[in-house]
Amino acid sequence: MADPIEKVSIIISRGSLEGVYPGLIMANGARMEGIEATLFFTFFGLDAIINKRMDNLKVATVGNPAMHIPTLVGAIPGMSAFATSQMKKEMEKLDIPPVREFIEMIHDTGAGLFACKATVDMFHLTQADFCPQCDDIISVGQFYEMAAGGQIIFT
Amino acid sequence: METREIAGKTLAFDADGNLANLADWNEEIAQALATEEGIESLTDRHWLVLNYMRSEFQEKGDAPSIRKLTKESGVDTKELYQLFPKGPAKKAARIAGLPKPKGCI
Repeated sequence: MADPIEKVSIIISRGSLEGVYPGLIMANGARMEGIEATLFFTFFGLDAIINKRMDNLKVATVGNPAMHIPTLVGAIPGMSAFATSQMKKEMEKLDIPPVREFIEMIHDTGAGLFACKATVDMFHLTQADFCPQCDDIISVGQFYEMAAGGQIIFT
Repeated sequence: METREIAGKTLAFDADGNLANLADWNEEIAQALATEEGIESLTDRHWLVLNYMRSEFQEKGDAPSIRKLTKESGVDTKELYQLFPKGPAKKAARIAGLPKPKGCI
């Protein structure tokens, strides 16, 4: 058997519901397997840890061919909210928690959660804008230092 | 499937190293499995999780997810990771004599 993975650093760069969840599921799954995990939120991915926004992430219904909704239909007001509520229902059935609860859970597993400094500066944010589980705002260089010796996964 | 001796009994194990037969399990075997996982002695808090897992498994046919454990066992995520370092759902299932949990969460 190949050597087991011991450490992962997962980057979440998108702010849609479907953009955020894969990274969260992989981070939690890593911890469940005893793998060390760090989450790094960058660009619109920061929405997943911004206090005012994390409870309101939406599924993108436009520009996503796999949704099988014609672009003009997807653009109708309320479509995104509808698709989001449907997806949240399905996730609840699978015991996948809402974003805030999931972030708290992942933090409690001992994983580190970090915000990207470049994006924080660009969007004029401060530590106070983030949920308490956000451990720190770090630069790309610090991220690579933390990620040393493990796998980096970009989502 | 392999068989080996544990706590004075020769028992069958599945490919993940978990007990193959639920009925083979008892508290003494649980402690022996816990020792293999680096847990010196099972406390009341461990037993709370183990008993909850066994009753969930008997009811639903799969061991509960971390989220269910956190919400329903009475032990939160932080403590779960302290009690069963490096993967509570997987380790607690093994010590409880259950197969490895199938869920992703």
